[in-house]
Amino acid sequence: MNLALRDIRHQKSRFIQTCLGLGLLLGVVMSMSGIYRGLFTDATGILNATAADLWVVQQDTSGPFAATSRIPEEIKYRIRAVPGVAQASALSFQNIQSERHGAPFRFFLVGYELGGMGGPPVIVAGRPIRQKHYEIVVDRAMKIGLGERLRLGGDDYTIVGHTAKMVSSAGDPVAYVTLADAQKIQFKDDNNAIRNSREKLAGQLERLPVLSPGQAGRLTPQIAGIVGSTHIVNTVVARLDTGANLVQVQDRISRWNHYRPLTGADQERILTEGMIKKAKMQLGMFRAILLVISGVIISLIIYTMTLDKLRVIATLKLIGTRNRVIVGLILQQSLLMGVIAYVIGFVLIALTRDKFPRRLDLVPIDLQLLFGIVILICIGASLVGIRKAMRVEPAEALGG
Amino acid sequence: MYAVQIENLTKIYGSGHTEVVALADATFDVAPGELVAILGPSGSGKTTLLTTIGLVTEPTRGKVVLDGELIAEDGWPKGLDLKRIRREKLGFIFQAHNLIPFLTAVENVMIALENNGIGAKEARMRSIELLESLGLGHRLNHYPALLSGGESQRTAIARALANQPRVILADEPTAALDTENGKNVMALLKKLAVENNSAILVVTHDQRMVEGFDRIFTFSDGRIVGEKRNS
Repeated sequence: MNLALRDIRHQKSRFIQTCLGLGLLLGVVMSMSGIYRGLFTDATGILNATAADLWVVQQDTSGPFAATSRIPEEIKYRIRAVPGVAQASALSFQNIQSERHGAPFRFFLVGYELGGMGGPPVIVAGRPIRQKHYEIVVDRAMKIGLGERLRLGGDDYTIVGHTAKMVSSAGDPVAYVTLADAQKIQFKDDNNAIRNSREKLAGQLERLPVLSPGQAGRLTPQIAGIVGSTHIVNTVVARLDTGANLVQVQDRISRWNHYRPLTGADQERILTEGMIKKAKMQLGMFRAILLVISGVIISLIIYTMTLDKLRVIATLKLIGTRNRVIVGLILQQSLLMGVIAYVIGFVLIALTRDKFPRRLDLVPIDLQLLFGIVILICIGASLVGIRKAMRVEPAEALGG
Repeated sequence: MYAVQIENLTKIYGSGHTEVVALADATFDVAPGELVAILGPSGSGKTTLLTTIGLVTEPTRGKVVLDGELIAEDGWPKGLDLKRIRREKLGFIFQAHNLIPFLTAVENVMIALENNGIGAKEARMRSIELLESLGLGHRLNHYPALLSGGESQRTAIARALANQPRVILADEPTAALDTENGKNVMALLKKLAVENNSAILVVTHDQRMVEGFDRIFTFSDGRIVGEKRNS
């Protein structure tokens, strides 16, 4: 006869409620693990989707994700000419926050060259961008339907396609436009600013004694064109030929002034060890604290359940019940509680994971590890109760 | 062979000026099938006698032989398996019946049988037979909380009898019952002593309950101060 199951059967609702509470706690621990993993997936999402061997950014920066990087677009031609480089594309990135339907609306805008690297990896609905202007592909998480319009930088963009689960390292959903549109959105001033700037420039040129008014008039649009150029990008990514030597290519580009070629591995290190390190540590710490709390709660529950049964244990000892049966009663209840709570927690998180605002990656190894920890906690917690039970004297069963 | 033999059984708690003699030089034998009452006021040593015979309290001095097996001689012998002896040779009936609250009546009897290595199926069958013989056939699957005081005590008696022990030790088995139920329980114990050939030692302070007992010992201050044998 299994005494643990008989005891649970007798106080079903109390046991289920306890498991439910514990399950919620373990669910939070699982979600912490999921968010912890999700942070890494999110941080490297664009990096992996781009699948570049080299990221050329502004010198002395760790751009384009961790720091600001601005380089001229035409550098891509020079990079393409480096021996070993198979493909090079310019990319621009920017965070955009606006208002939509009265609520803050935040996303990460990627500008890419049509047919080049760094575009949306998968289109789950609609189609990719085909026109050079005013089309946009957005992540499904942005909840904007196909055919709807989004106003950016003074222009309306039509949503032509949806991508899925593409987020920035900050967890914002990603939208894609052509590089030209992205440059216009990011770098082009509005018409009033351009007009004011040109008038100011013309005034300054006219005041120069070395220029005649005619020369100043002819120079103004030329200089304004150079100053107001939007042909700036945040990075140029490159893919190498099969068998090309990455170090050699990197070394060659690093000898140029003003540029820093980072490998994919460098970028991953910058993102994971720099940008999300503290967030990961914070979550890890929180997860560890929750596990300790779970352990304390299970211990207290098992100890209290044992205290409730001291007279029963004394009676069992008096009628000659073996110690292993009494140990089994406590240990099995503790383990059963842990396993049921774990299943409750898992089901809860599996059902709600898509409702979390940030990615929640339930990785099998994390779940297995947590299961192992829960089992260890249950065994450890039951030891407190078992110790108490073993100290009970059969004589305690006697008397009124 | 006697079911119980005790010789100069003594239990002393504490030492020096805090020494308390709970039981002093008790000597008697109980034959199989004999029903013995231990009478006396509170603190007279009767429960100490019971727990010493029941291998719950280690005696300070003296000898106890249960069913031919020496279980105490100036303390417990080294390596003595107390639980085995309690399982195989002893049955306990308590004042407050001490049924396991999360087991049904039949399971409360089964646990005693399973403790002795009897399989669940046979244990259930024998428990049902035993409970039916005690008039509890209609309460087999009831939890103790749903049984009356008399029914609970009869279930406890069934549990004590389950392994057909040579000795049954009952500590105030009628204390929580009304007079009628108390008399019924005592009559039942007497019947079972004869039927099972078990020695039954009943501790009580209620003289009205000991009618028909084979022998009555009276205790005072830890000593036997009287012995009455009914023919």
